[in-house]
This record gives sequence, structure tokens and C-alpha cells, in this order.
Amino acid sequence: MIRRTILLYIALLALIVGVGVVMGAPFTVRLCVEAAAFALIALGLNIQWGYGGLFNFGLMGFLMVGGFAVTFVSVPLNMDFWNSDGPVMLLKVLVAAGIGALLIMGANRLHRYGFSKRWQRVVQVIAWIAAYLIYRSQIDPAAEYIEKEAGFVGGLGLPVVFGWLFGGVLAAGIAFIIGKIALGLRTDYLAIATIGISEIIRALVKNMDWLTKGTLTVSPVPWPVPLPQQYQTWGVDTLMSFVYARAGFLVMVLIVLGIALFLIQRAYGGPWGRMMRAIRDNHIAAASMGKDVTARQLEIFVFGAVLMGIGGAILTSFAQIFDPGGYQPINHTFVIWVMLIVGGAGNNYGAMFGGMFIYVIWVLSEPVSAALFVNLSGLFESWGWGAIPEIESRSLQMRVFVLGLVITLALRYAPKGLIPEVIRKEG
Amino acid sequence: MNELIFFVNKVLISGAVLGSIYALGAIGITLIFGILRFAHFAHGDMMTMGAFVTLLLAAAATALGLTAPLPMGFMVLPLAMVIAAGLALGIDKGFYAPLRARGAKPVTLLIASIGVTLMIQGLIRLFFGVGTRSFFDVESKVLYRFDMSAIGATRPLAITQPQILMFIVTLIAVIALHFFLTRSKFGKAMRAMADNADLAQVSGINTALVVRVTWIIAGSLACLAGTMLALDVTLKPDLAFNIVLPIFAAAIVGGLGHAYGAIAGGFLVGFAETMAVFNWAVLLRPFKDGPLGDIIATLPRDLSIVPTEYKLTVAFVILVIVLLVRPTGIFKGASS
Repeated sequence: MIRRTILLYIALLALIVGVGVVMGAPFTVRLCVEAAAFALIALGLNIQWGYGGLFNFGLMGFLMVGGFAVTFVSVPLNMDFWNSDGPVMLLKVLVAAGIGALLIMGANRLHRYGFSKRWQRVVQVIAWIAAYLIYRSQIDPAAEYIEKEAGFVGGLGLPVVFGWLFGGVLAAGIAFIIGKIALGLRTDYLAIATIGISEIIRALVKNMDWLTKGTLTVSPVPWPVPLPQQYQTWGVDTLMSFVYARAGFLVMVLIVLGIALFLIQRAYGGPWGRMMRAIRDNHIAAASMGKDVTARQLEIFVFGAVLMGIGGAILTSFAQIFDPGGYQPINHTFVIWVMLIVGGAGNNYGAMFGGMFIYVIWVLSEPVSAALFVNLSGLFESWGWGAIPEIESRSLQMRVFVLGLVITLALRYAPKGLIPEVIRKEG
Repeated sequence: MNELIFFVNKVLISGAVLGSIYALGAIGITLIFGILRFAHFAHGDMMTMGAFVTLLLAAAATALGLTAPLPMGFMVLPLAMVIAAGLALGIDKGFYAPLRARGAKPVTLLIASIGVTLMIQGLIRLFFGVGTRSFFDVESKVLYRFDMSAIGATRPLAITQPQILMFIVTLIAVIALHFFLTRSKFGKAMRAMADNADLAQVSGINTALVVRVTWIIAGSLACLAGTMLALDVTLKPDLAFNIVLPIFAAAIVGGLGHAYGAIAGGFLVGFAETMAVFNWAVLLRPFKDGPLGDIIATLPRDLSIVPTEYKLTVAFVILVIVLLVRPTGIFKGASS
């Protein structure tokens, strides 16, 4: 098992080195940074699905939350906003939301005061409607005012690393809410519910222009390490400046990945990990042994979401742009599932390997299929069939097909993944 | 009365159009769930695929010089449905049947269906590009305007020919499905298998055949829904991928595995979407000069329940609420 793992990682390294020789160093370092971020996200999904058996298909939502968090924390202050009436209006929105939340919480407690279930339902619905109306009455004018006066609320101008942390915290908070309401569902229902919730998050982030600038996108999002332009002012030539700057970023990401892996690996080997696997494999038996299944599942859902939020934050700050319109279920949910399934659910090294390997394949399938199409096109021309039109846009789409092919093949021929879970047999 | 006509155009007709599409899609999803016990995510892309098959056939028919009184895409639909059913059978044989034979869990099949989604979408984009296509490049879309001056309105009631065809086709499909499920041998076998697959098998039902019939029905209905949707709007590679979740919402609202529920759920979600984004203040306008005028003047000008950009989100909210409050659907007796 260990030999296989080492061999696969060596093969991956060889693949990346090969890519580096063909595509050049700046491209490859960028690929490595993104692959490492996806490895972190795949680790997060591995916690949820591999340890906990929770079928989360809402990764896109958590990545967006992380991306928003780092944007909000690290983008410079927008003085137009702070000097306007915006903050006061937002405070009113907060108060309105608080009143709404109190109403709903009050309605949820009615049964303790002798109300029948039916009446409680009615009051609950009324409370929700009232809370919504109160909130809308404050948010609509505030949003309109801020968008007109200041564009959007801007950021806090804090260091980027705080943004990454905040990404994890915010994702954890959202995961807590989602988990609280949705974790009781059966696997496939949970999948559909989480997809639905992530689409709701996407719609909100995309349309709350006052907070996120929506489809107008926020850029530049700062880096935690010096930018290529910085190196250029220090007298490094253009090509190497990109390599140095991205390598610096890569080191940051690898540190985060290393810490995450160390902590998870420790937890997984300990009693906590054993308990989680027991719950995953047979939650009824685990419950009868006195484990609080619901609370543990919520815990694991939140832990996984932290890594997803941090990963999403890293991706956004590396891209230097937060574009809510750029988030797609294929690129931000399904691809990560493919990573985990191919790499091996339940094994951290497998999840990391899958994350990096599938990301490399995902990126490479475009140039490879472009080269393939150019050759085929030449062949067809020589046969008199005519050339293939629009090779560039077509080869970009090939990666979707390749992804689908990889996952179906993996499910059929290696359903446990390339580095499967290690089943320990004690005693 | 213009306001009423506006309401009919914006809410009733668009809601019925959306509802028909959702219902046709949700029937397929719910049948597959009932028989094979997994959430089939590739259904949206099977709809898109069906629409592209129809587009190819229509282009071929036009190139042969055929003309028809109705849109060509509609005329070739039966043939396209046969082809789509064949493709659905092929997809099952190639990707799902091996997993079922291994005894894989429904979760695995769900992930496999996402793989199939990606492959279909990749292939469609590969062959047809990412651009938008229309069935009405060579022929024009007929628009019917019903003069409503009889009830004092100056604006007409507008409905396009594909929309009328859609209503008729949905109605026929629903009635045919009803008779198939209640009267035919296969239909009864399908319902038996949806209730209890093992019991159905020991009582002599050929379950493999039932599975095949299910895919044929689901595939051809997906093609029908996709084509009608493409006739109504335009055809693009992510035509149905974007609405696969609302379709799931429809199926879940009606109770997964429950064919009639899917139809009701489809219309419910469709109308909910159009009603949520409709500006209800429009309907109050005629009363502005009446005794209630003062009250109406104090109301905001925009009385829609959610802003227009959240239209699809309404379906997701319904989906999540139904899953949380009543996961078996709003109708009792779902067979799953």
C-alpha cells in the first residue's frame, strides 16, 4: 500500500516535471498552486464523505463563500462607503435581520407554551413572512443607496492570511446552518438539498451587488506574498518574476496544506477518527454505543467546510479576481468529487493525490486535445473532408468530456480509488 | 383590463409553459427513481441531447426540401424520440447496468449519472460548439394574438405556436402515460416493481425488461421536453443542465417515484416561479382611482415577492423546504 502510494506520487511528480519541460516554468508553477488548493478542498470533501459519509454536493457554495471572505477582508477600504450613510443603513439592516430572527426563534418555541403543533406551524409561517418583509424593507433602500453612492462596501484592508482564515470561519458558519437543517436527510436527498443550497448561495452572492459587486467582479484581490510586478521593480526579468512570485505563493499554500494534513491525519488515527468511521459504516450501531450521531455528523460537516472555505479563498486570492459569475457546478463541485473518487475516498493521501492529479488532467486536456484536433484536422484535410472549425473553443470543452469519462471509468474499474482506504484490523 | 391580460401573459401562460417542461422532465426522473432507485442527474442533458437530435433531423428534413405546416422540429419529433430512447438504452447498458450488476449503492449510480452528464455535455459542445442555435432560422415562429377588446383591453393575449403545441403534447403525454401505467401489462409491471422490486421479480415479472421500458419512456419524454423547450426559447448546450434542479424540485415536491405527483409538482414549481417574480402592484393599478386609492398609493411601486434575478432560486427554495418539511412529497402514498 505504502509502495503504491509512493509510486503514484512519484509518477505525479514526473508528470508535473514533464509538463514543466513542455509548457514552461511559469505555467507549471501556476498549475501547482491551483492543484495544491484543490488538494486542500479535496481533503475537506474527504473529511465529509470519506470519514463521515455525508453526501455534500454543495462545494461550489463553500468555495464562493471562501472567495467572498478573502475579498472582503483583504481588499482595501472603500472610503466612499465609510463616509456615506451606508454603514448606518447597514446597521439598521442588521437590526431588522435580528428582529426577524427573534420572531422566527420565538415561533419555533411556541410549543413549549402549550400551543398545538398545527398552530405553531401557522405562526411559524407568519413569522417567516414577517421577518422577510422587515428585512426587505431595510435591505432594499440600503442596497440601492450603497450601489449608487459607493459601488459596494469594499474590503477591510487586512492581511490576506486573515482573509483565508475568515474564509474557513465563514464557511464553517454556513456549514453549521446547512448541517443543522439538512443533515437528517438520506444520502441522495442530502445531495440534492446541498446542490439546491449552493445554487441559492450562488444567486445571492451574484446578485447582492452592494456586498460583492456581483457580476462586475472585484479585482485586484491582493496576494499574501510579493506580486510578479514587485519582483520586476527589484530587477528580475519578466519570466522569472512570475516564477518567483508564484513559487512564493506555492510555498504558502503548501504550508497550509501541510498543517491541514498533519492535523487531519492525527485526528483520523485517534479515537475521534475511529468513532467517525464507526458512525459512517453503521450509524445505528454507533448510536447504540452512546455516540451522538447527529452532533458528530454536524461536527464533521463543519470541519470539512473549513478546508473548502480556505481552499476557495486561496483560489480567489491567487486568481486576483472575485467573479461570482465564474462559479459553475462543473468546475467547482463535480470536478472535486471526481478528484476524491479517483484518488480514493477515506484516504487523505488518496484525496490529495486525486486533487492534484485530476486538476493536472483537467487543465492539460485542453492543450492536448487542441494538438489532437489540429493533427486530425490536417488528416481530414488531406482526405478531402475539410478542416475542423473552431478548434480552440472545442478543445476547451473536451475537458468536460474527459472528466466525465474518467469518473465513469473509475467507478467501474477502480471504485475504491487509486489509493484506497486502509482498513485496519485490530486485535 | 390590460393589467389582467398582462397577468395572464406573464404568469399564467409562462407558468404553464415552464410547468409543462418541468412536468415532462420530472416524469422521467421520477420513473427512473421509482424503478432503479437513484437520482438520475443526467436527465437534463438527455433533454438537451434529444433537442439536438431533433435539430439534426429537422435540418436534414429541410435540406431534403420537405415543408410542413407546423415547425419542422415538431414534425420530426416522433423519429427523434425513437432515437433518443435508443440512446438512453445505450447509456444505461454502457454506464449504469455494469454498476447495477455489481450491486453498487444508489450513491454510486448518482455519481455515475453526473459522469454521464459531463460526457454528454462535453460531446454536445464538441460537436455543436457553445453558441446558441434556433429551430427558426429558416422558418418563422408563428405568434397568435387574441384580440381582447371584448372585455375592454387594448392589448392582445399573445401566445406562440410552439407554446400551444407544448400544451397539447404535454396533455397527450400525460394521458398516454396514465393509460399506460394503469391499463397495460408493462405499466402494471412497472408500478409493481416500483413498489417492491424483489416481490415483482418472484411473481414472474421480467424486471430487466421493465428497466428497459423505463429507459425508453424516460429517454423519449426527455427528448420531447428538450425539443419543446428549445422550440420555445433557443437551443444551447446548457439548455437543460440549468433547469435540472428545478425539475428535481418538481419531482420531489410531487414525491419521488410518483408519476402523477411529478406532473402536479412540475406545474406547481412553474407557477410558483412566475408568480414570485410577478409585480403584483400591476393588478392594483385599476383600483387607483377607486375608494382604496389612498392605501394603494402608499404601497411601494414594486410588489413582486422576489426580484426577477432570483427567479430560478424560487425553485431551489421550494426544493429545500419540501425536502426538509416533507421529504416524501406533498402527496401521500409515494411509492418510494
